[in-house]
Amino acid sequence: MAQKMKATEEQLAYAHLLDIGMKIGLIALIITFVIYMIGILPPHVPVSDLPKYWGLSVHSYLEQTGIHPGWAWLGMLNKGDFLNFTGIAFLAAVTLLCYVRIIPILFRNKDTVYGIIAIAEVIVLALAASGLLKSGGH
Amino acid sequence: MENDVSTMLKRKFTGFFSRVRKSRSAMVCICALFLTAFVLISMAFISPEAVQAAEGGAKSALPWWAWPLILFAVTFFLGIVAVLGGVGGGVLFVPIVGGFFPFHLDFVRGAGLLVALAGALAAGPGLLKKGLADLRLALPTAVIASACAVVGAMIGLALPTNVVQISLGATILGIVLIMLLAKKSEYPEVKQACALSTALRINGIYHEASSGQTINWHVHRTAQGLATFVVIGVMAGMFGLGAGWANVPVLNLMMGAPLKVSVATSKFLLSITDTSAAWIYVNNGAVLPMIVVPSIIGIMLGSIVGVRILAKTKPAAVRYIVIVMLIFAGGRALLKGLGI
Repeated sequence: MAQKMKATEEQLAYAHLLDIGMKIGLIALIITFVIYMIGILPPHVPVSDLPKYWGLSVHSYLEQTGIHPGWAWLGMLNKGDFLNFTGIAFLAAVTLLCYVRIIPILFRNKDTVYGIIAIAEVIVLALAASGLLKSGGH
Repeated sequence: MENDVSTMLKRKFTGFFSRVRKSRSAMVCICALFLTAFVLISMAFISPEAVQAAEGGAKSALPWWAWPLILFAVTFFLGIVAVLGGVGGGVLFVPIVGGFFPFHLDFVRGAGLLVALAGALAAGPGLLKKGLADLRLALPTAVIASACAVVGAMIGLALPTNVVQISLGATILGIVLIMLLAKKSEYPEVKQACALSTALRINGIYHEASSGQTINWHVHRTAQGLATFVVIGVMAGMFGLGAGWANVPVLNLMMGAPLKVSVATSKFLLSITDTSAAWIYVNNGAVLPMIVVPSIIGIMLGSIVGVRILAKTKPAAVRYIVIVMLIFAGGRALLKGLGI
């Protein structure tokens, strides 16, 4: 088995933040799902109606349920089903935060090329998360 | 190497392990129980009629809560099999859940990405801290793969479902071929690092305790490797599969990174590639919490039990079970896509 090697400063910083973020995200995911299942907050789509929708394409599902894609869920956090998106979005945002964390370290260590690569990655992830990129649907 | 990745997971959930019985016979019983449950569920509930009835909103014979419950049981089983078979959860999840559950492929792919993402996020910190995953190797590949995964996700959501089904089926059968034919090299011979990897300083020192060797590794064919991640990224985003099955051969066989570094870096890489694609699915509405959350919890709990079993035994036969399952699921996706 490998004992391995020395991890760099940026690698350890990335790992540390990833560890914290992953745990927070998973806990949030479980708590919000319990709230959803217990029915503390009423869902936008009643759970008993879900079988009517989960076999539809996403385009038809959005059309029939009147759900707006993108970040519209932020305005519906009082609904049990949409509350789940806090945990999901947090998990999906952890990597972006980790990159933001290591950029100053890379530039401080004069690792300019990797600093630029990290900035490029932040742009890609931010663009993906922005909701600006819409799919044509089918 | 899969053992090392699994070890990371194991340490993450030490608290859970203490609750799992330690005897091997108990583990075998658990496996047998879930294998039996899986087969029974497949036969009794997930019949083509039940799926057909539930698809498109038709009234299913099963109550609404039965499907998430079955999903949880099946993903738990998949979590065990994925660890024992040395594959990622996503590659099993999408074809099997897509083929045998009433959920539309759009939601299955969104869930598949989040399942693979959660697993990669859980394993990532340990792999990075130990230096098994290499950030310098991962960053250039990740920026290409994640940008292309965004494109793949958009293409996947725009294409007609039957086209995606057919492509998915063909891809799964292609993965089976890779699993059967691709060789692995513990320490690939890299006579000289290429100019690009030298400029990017992609190298490392690797201590192999089992042999007492210290291995200086570097990589070659970096440009070709990076170009391959264009295809890998698009496929990961389009099918929601994760991409460990493609990452490892490219990092190990094409670029010449040691096998352990390749597997660990690939696992970490998934946390970046799948993040970008997952956002596209989230923002386009293709994420249903009722599918995502039971799947993530089921597959992670299954992985914990799988790691426990793996620590005691190394069942090579499980890999062939995985291959058979993939052939079955890939064939089903292909037939569904063709309307047969």
